[in-house]
Amino acid sequence: MRAAVVVFPGSNCDHDAYHAVKHVLGQEAVFVWHKDTSLAGADAIILPGGFAHGDYLRTGAIARFSPIMQEVRRFADAGGPVLGICNGFQVLLEAGLLPGAMLRNRSVKFQCEHVFVRVEHADTPFTVACRPGQVLKIPIAHGEGNYYAEPEVVDRLERNRQVIFRYTTAAGEATQEANPNGSLHNIAGLCSEARNVVGLMPHPERACEIALGSADGLVVLESAVQSVTQGAVAAAR
Amino acid sequence: MTTISDDLIRQHGLTRDEYERILAMLGREPTLTELGIFSVMWSEHCSYKSSRVHLRTLPTTGRRVLQGPGENAGAVDIGDGLAAVFKIESHNHPSFIEPYQGAATGVGGIIRDIFTMGARPIALLNSLRFGPLDDPLVRRTFAGVVAGIAGYGNSIGIPTVGGEIGFDESYTGNPLVNVFCLGIARADEIVKGVASGVGNAVYYVGAKTGRDGIHGATMASAEFDDRSAEKRPAVQVGDPFMEKLLLEACLEVMRSGALVGIQDMGAAGLTCSTCEMGSRGGAGVTIDVSLVPQRETGMTPYEIMLSESQERMLLVVRRGREAEVERIFEKWDLHAVRIGEVTTDGRLRVKQQGETVADIPNAALTDEAPVYRRPMAEPAYLAEARQLSLASLSAPPVQDVFRRLLGSPGVASKQWVYRQYDHMVRTNTLVVPGMGAGVVRVKGTSRALAMSVDGNGRFVYLDPFRGAQLAVAEAARNVACTGAVPIGATNCLNFGNPERPEIMWQFARAVEGMGAACRALDVPITGGNVSLYNETDGRAVLPTPVVGVVGLIEDASAVVRRAFRREGDAIVVLGSGRDELGGSEYLKVVHGLVRGVPPALDLTLEAALQRVLVEGAAAGVIRSAHDCAEGGLAVTLAECCFNTGLGASLDVPAVAAAAPELSAMATLFGESASRVIVTTETVRTAELVAMAEAAGVPAAVIGRVGGDRIRIAIGGRIAIDESLAEAEELWAHAIGRRLDRPRAVA
Repeated sequence: MRAAVVVFPGSNCDHDAYHAVKHVLGQEAVFVWHKDTSLAGADAIILPGGFAHGDYLRTGAIARFSPIMQEVRRFADAGGPVLGICNGFQVLLEAGLLPGAMLRNRSVKFQCEHVFVRVEHADTPFTVACRPGQVLKIPIAHGEGNYYAEPEVVDRLERNRQVIFRYTTAAGEATQEANPNGSLHNIAGLCSEARNVVGLMPHPERACEIALGSADGLVVLESAVQSVTQGAVAAAR
Repeated sequence: MTTISDDLIRQHGLTRDEYERILAMLGREPTLTELGIFSVMWSEHCSYKSSRVHLRTLPTTGRRVLQGPGENAGAVDIGDGLAAVFKIESHNHPSFIEPYQGAATGVGGIIRDIFTMGARPIALLNSLRFGPLDDPLVRRTFAGVVAGIAGYGNSIGIPTVGGEIGFDESYTGNPLVNVFCLGIARADEIVKGVASGVGNAVYYVGAKTGRDGIHGATMASAEFDDRSAEKRPAVQVGDPFMEKLLLEACLEVMRSGALVGIQDMGAAGLTCSTCEMGSRGGAGVTIDVSLVPQRETGMTPYEIMLSESQERMLLVVRRGREAEVERIFEKWDLHAVRIGEVTTDGRLRVKQQGETVADIPNAALTDEAPVYRRPMAEPAYLAEARQLSLASLSAPPVQDVFRRLLGSPGVASKQWVYRQYDHMVRTNTLVVPGMGAGVVRVKGTSRALAMSVDGNGRFVYLDPFRGAQLAVAEAARNVACTGAVPIGATNCLNFGNPERPEIMWQFARAVEGMGAACRALDVPITGGNVSLYNETDGRAVLPTPVVGVVGLIEDASAVVRRAFRREGDAIVVLGSGRDELGGSEYLKVVHGLVRGVPPALDLTLEAALQRVLVEGAAAGVIRSAHDCAEGGLAVTLAECCFNTGLGASLDVPAVAAAAPELSAMATLFGESASRVIVTTETVRTAELVAMAEAAGVPAAVIGRVGGDRIRIAIGGRIAIDESLAEAEELWAHAIGRRLDRPRAVA
C-alpha cells in the first residue's frame, strides 16, 4: 500500500501517521503538501490530526479550501479509501465528505486519554480486518469531538450502518459514562454512504505499538492494507 | 530632543548610578529610544545583574556538554550523532496578570529557544506553584494557567510528558509557571544565535510587531502591588499556529545551510535579539525600524524596539542565499523581511527611514551591563523556623493522616491537569505525566530520554543550601528511577526581591548548594533562567529553585515505571528513613507548619543509589521504582499501587524519634532523602539486595505486592490498613472536586 499523508500547515500528527504506516506496518508512506494538486499515486489517503490552520475559527473550516482537497474529493468520489483522524475527521465534516459537525467537549476542556471504542461494522476499508463488535483501546486527544447532527441525519446514519466506531466501556457497552465528550449516540467514527471515506476522533496511529500503551489501533491501518491489496487483486482479475 | 528627567529614569527602572553609567558609555545624553533599550537590557530579567556573580560558580561543563549557558538553550550529547537541547524558563509575572496568555506565551517562548538551536522540540514539562485551591482567585489562576499551557502545547503538537505542581499560601499573589522544553538536533548541526559576516542580511520573520508587551522585561523585574492588574497591556497574546509555521519553516531554512545565525524575539524583543546576536558574533547590526512589519499605525522606534509581540524571529542569512530563504518562508505563508545588515563596528544602530535614532556599542548592552554583588544577610526568620518542637504537636490517628495526605492537592493525582495536555502526540511517550519522570523514546535509535523537574520551596525556605541540593538530588533520582543515567540539568531560580539582603542570601546559598550537588552527581547545568522579584505587597514566595534533569536510557525497552507490576513481587526499600519531619507535607497539611530542618542529604550515598537504580534497571532486576518524596514512605507506597489494581502489605521497622509519640509519623510520613521503593521478582530479591549492598546502599525487603488493601505495619503492629479502592478514590479526585463545580441538573 502506498498511503499519502496530507500535510496542512498546522497538522501535527502527520509524522505519527507516517511513522505507523512506514515503520510499524512496513508499507509505503508519502507526505502530500496541502497546496499540492496531486496525490502522488496513493492507494489510500490519510488526513492526520492537528490544528490544520490554527483552527481559531472552527476546526477544519479553512482546510477544506486547500488545493489538495479537490483531489481528495475526486479520489473519494472514485471510491478510494480516505481516513480522517481527529482534525482530519473534522476536515472531512467541514468539506461535506461526511455529515454532521463537532461541538466542544461536554467538559469544555481538551481531553487526552485512552478510551474504548467498539467497531460496529467491518465492511469499510479501515475496519475490514476487524471483527464486528471488537473493542479497541485507543487514545483521544481533542477539545472538539462532541459529534452533533440533526436527529434525522443521525437516524439515517444509524439506518445506513454508517456509524463505524462507538465509545463504549471495556466490555463494549455504549453507556453515557463511556462517552468522553458528549457525542450523540456515542459516535466516535463514521463512514460515507459509499463506505470508503471514514472519519474518527480517536487516534489509531498512536496505538500501534505496545510500548506506547496499546497496539489496538494497528488493525485500522492493517485493514487499509488488506482492502487495498484485495482491491488490487480484484482489479487484476 | 527629549530631555531625560529623573522621573523618566525612574519610570524606566534605572537607578541614578546606572544612568550616569549610560552617559559615560555614550559620551552624551541618550535618546528616548536609547534609554528604552538600556532599560530593558539592563533589567534584572535580561542582564542577570544581581545573579550573575553567583551563577558563575555553577558547574557548566562535562563530557557530554555540547553547549553550556549563554546560547538560547543548552545541549548534551546523547550518542548516535544526536544532541538533546533543553532549557527551562519562567513566565511567572505574566501568568498572574493574565493566566491563560501568560502561561501560553511561556510555552511559546521556551519552544522558540529550542528550535532556534536547530532542534526539533519533542517534549515539554512544567513546574507550577499556586496558592491554596480553596481561594477562588487561585482556582481561576490555576485553571487559566493549565488551559493556557494546554492551548499552546496541544496546538503546536509537542507533548507535555510530565511536571510537578505545588501549593503554598506564599504563591497566592505570585504563581510560578516554569516551562521546560527538550528537542533533538544533529550534534554537528546545532545553530547559534550569532550575527557575523559583514554585509550579510538581517531578516525579520513571523508575527507583526504591535504595542503589546512593551516593557515586559521590566515588569518581570518589579514586585507586584495592588495596581498590577493595570499592567495587563504588558502581557502578550500567543498564536501557536504562527509558531508552528515558524518552527517548520525555520527548521527547513536551517537544513538549507543558508543561515548564519538565528534568535527568537522573546524578552526585550528586537532590542535583545539584535544586540545579543551582534555581541556573540563580535559584529554590529544595523536595522531600520520602518522596515519592520507593524500591526498598528504610528508606532515609534521606541515602541518597535521594545515590543514583546510573540512569535517573531531574527535571522542572519548568508549573502547570495536570500532568495532561497525567502522562498522557504513563502511556502509556509510567512514573509521574511530584510530589515538591516551585519556591520563591522560592534554597534547596535537603529534607524528610522534612514535617520539614526539609536547608536549603542553592543558590549554596553550585554557584557558591560551592570553586575551587582548585592548585600546579603541571613534572614531573621530562620533561627526560629528551624526550631521544631514536635512534643507540643498533637498526633492524630495515623490512618486519618494517611487519608488527609492522599487528598491534599500537593500529593493528590494531577490527572485533572494532565488530561488537558496532549501527552502522546509524536508517538514517543513511554512514561506519561503524573508517574514520576517523563520518558520519550528517540526514534531512529534504541535510546530513550527521561526528564524530571523538581523543587521544594519549603526545604529551601528552611535551608537554602540543602534545599537546593535536595532539588537536584530529587530530579536526578526521579530520572534514575526509570533506568536513565542523569547527564545534564537546567535550572529556574524563583526568588523574591534581590535588593533585600535576606533574599539575596537565600539565592546565594541555594546556588552554592545546587552547584555542590550538580558536581557530586555529575549533572552540569547547561542553561536556565532566573526569576526575581516574585513578591506581592512586599511578601516573597517561598524561595523555589526548580531543577530539570535529563537522563539517557540506552535501551528504551528496559524503561522502569513506578507502578507495581505483578502480585507476589517483593517490595524492597533502597536507602533508609530517619526521624525527619522538618519541612514535610505532613507538617504542612496536618499542622499548617513550615518548620524544622529539611532532611539530610549524603551526596555520595545519593550517587551510589542512582547507580544501583540504573544497573538494576539494565539488568532487569528492578521491575518498578518510585522515589520517596512528599508524604514519605506511606504515600509513595500508595502511589505505586494506584492505577494497577494491586494492593500491598509492608512491615517496616520503627524510626527512632526524638519525640517517641511521633515515631509512627516519622516512619510513615518523614521525607528522608535518597530513598526509593522498588520491586523485584521474589527469586531475584537476594541479587538486588547484594547489588545495593555492594554499592554501599542500604536495602531491606519490607513486603510484597498483592491483595486489595494497602497495609503497613510498624515493627509487626498494623498502622495503616486501608481499602485500595477507597484510598485511590480520595487521591484521584481531590483536585477535580475542588475545581469543577457540580454540573447543573437539566
